[in-house]
Amino acid sequence: MRKVRLATAWLDGCSGCHMSMLDVDEALIEIAKRVEVVYGPLVDAQEFPKGVDVALVEGAVSSQDDLDLIHTIRQRSKIVVALGDCAVTGNVAAMRNPHPARKLLERIYVEGAQANRGVPNAGVPALLRQAVPVQEVVKVDLHVPGCPPPARGIAYVLGELVEGRIPDLGCKVKFG
Amino acid sequence: MKKLSIHPVTRIEGHARIDIFLDDNGRVAETQFHVTQVRGFERFVEGRPYYEMPGITARICGICPISHQLASAKACDAIMAVTPPPAALKLRELVHAAQFVQSHALSFFHLSAPDLLLGFDSDPARRNIFGIIEENSELAKAGIGLRRFGQELIEGLAQERVHPGWIVPGGVNAPLRPEVREKTLAGLPVARAAADLALEVFKGALEKYQEEIAHFGSEPTMFAGLTNDSGEPDWYDGLLQFREASGALAAADIRACDYAGFIGEAALRDTYMKAPYFKPVGYPAGVYRVGPLARLNVMTAFGTPAADRELAEYRQRFGECVKSSFLYHYARLLELLHGIEKIELLLNEPSILGKHVRARASVNALEGMGMIEAPRGVLLHHYKVDESGAVRWCNLIVATGHNNLAMNHDIGEVARHFIDGNDFKEGMLNRVSALVRAYDPCLSCSTHANGMPDVVVALRSSNGELIRMVDCHH
Repeated sequence: MRKVRLATAWLDGCSGCHMSMLDVDEALIEIAKRVEVVYGPLVDAQEFPKGVDVALVEGAVSSQDDLDLIHTIRQRSKIVVALGDCAVTGNVAAMRNPHPARKLLERIYVEGAQANRGVPNAGVPALLRQAVPVQEVVKVDLHVPGCPPPARGIAYVLGELVEGRIPDLGCKVKFG
Repeated sequence: MKKLSIHPVTRIEGHARIDIFLDDNGRVAETQFHVTQVRGFERFVEGRPYYEMPGITARICGICPISHQLASAKACDAIMAVTPPPAALKLRELVHAAQFVQSHALSFFHLSAPDLLLGFDSDPARRNIFGIIEENSELAKAGIGLRRFGQELIEGLAQERVHPGWIVPGGVNAPLRPEVREKTLAGLPVARAAADLALEVFKGALEKYQEEIAHFGSEPTMFAGLTNDSGEPDWYDGLLQFREASGALAAADIRACDYAGFIGEAALRDTYMKAPYFKPVGYPAGVYRVGPLARLNVMTAFGTPAADRELAEYRQRFGECVKSSFLYHYARLLELLHGIEKIELLLNEPSILGKHVRARASVNALEGMGMIEAPRGVLLHHYKVDESGAVRWCNLIVATGHNNLAMNHDIGEVARHFIDGNDFKEGMLNRVSALVRAYDPCLSCSTHANGMPDVVVALRSSNGELIRMVDCHH
């Protein structure tokens, strides 16, 4: 049986959704028998590959890097899952949205520094003015809320997707 | 000039890119370490009630939310001018030790073991935890089980593993249940065996990694960490010590409220991660390291028997003040062992089951600082509030930031030693990534700045429909 090609991506989030994924504990060993992880923070791929079956996306879209990556993910994946509240609603990532960004940067890198004051401007990705949920940028096939979603919910979602079914989340997950 | 990029740096916590510039002879001329995520916590928490801070700042990091909650709760304790009840202090120490165990297990087994056991030059497609599962399922199971042991204790105490709401200003919100204590005590032997196995495997492989040990950051720096009066590590409530590379004390017994006299922060142009420096020396010379390697260099002994036996061997092999950043791994494994011993000690203290676990008060001081050792190093939360308790100003100095200057230096050293542009192999770049992994950085923790708009980008859906015009920074 062909293994399902799974990618995981981490945009503007805290890694908590990825940690919750690892919190399936020993079930990871069973999952690994049916799934090949082809991209994500746990593996070494440098480029998001073509022909991905399922992409789990943690975090909001917040920087130019995030924006480029989420478009690539959409183009190269059959099913895109928004994993966790930041991907679903913007959540904590979007708490910065009401604040004028220029002042914020100066607050951190000018007022908030005692040496070499100045805003980073070389070799760092442009930051979008607002952090937005994944569905504002690309079509999302499945939303899995939670901060983070519970491990058993993630295991259920993966199990169903691996079987080629879209999971019925019902009361298995909640926001927050 | 030719440029090589590692983008993204994989098997680390956070977003980073490394650019390596080669001269015409294929030798490394320059390296740049860019941390590419920014978040904005210090600004957007302004106006929030102080008692929300443990919950909000937990979201800085999904690996070490407990560290942020504890540093935050300690800053809130200071604002309330309370000391949490004795049982609450023990429980905070306990949950902190559990977090060290799960976080260090993740760093070693899930993130770095693929390099150490499968090899830096092994097939990148298999060089990951799934490759370890295939290659050495006993070790993979031990690692997954050890991480679970820490996470289950956190869950037993706090009801959830990631971002629980249990640590609160004034203490914790529920006592330890006896069944959680029993279950954890019963799990100790297996956890201990897993830590012993990791140490055995790592020490067995040391011989293979002489070149990495010699060239993964050999530059002397200062070291910083928290200890108690006896010089033993006190991850929850120690005082900050700075030592020279020679081992001599540079500054001793610094309290959280005095941090600003010793730690300054520099902004760097090519990364969102600020660079703290030792203020008495100044920027950029005041380079110091934090985290497991630094803590072992700063302390006299662990104060627990198994970890101290291993410490004696470690110091016999590498000396009293260990410089190679490769040996962060070794130091981390010793701390893993100490964390397990610490959990046992705490669970056997009768007062740990005390029912009085929370002090209640409102705002009694307009400023508070909290300092702890996160798994990756010294973590500081500093808040100023108004009389209603709304946060008016916040500064966070996060573990990985302290290592910024040293990491930058070490990346250059590793790249210059291992990369040959005329005979390029992927494993050369992987060694540069592996240096970063040795530090176990928490890059999303380390950046809490925000963006500056002056470019406009059109957000479009995948079918090209315009969603929103968005200003971008630079």
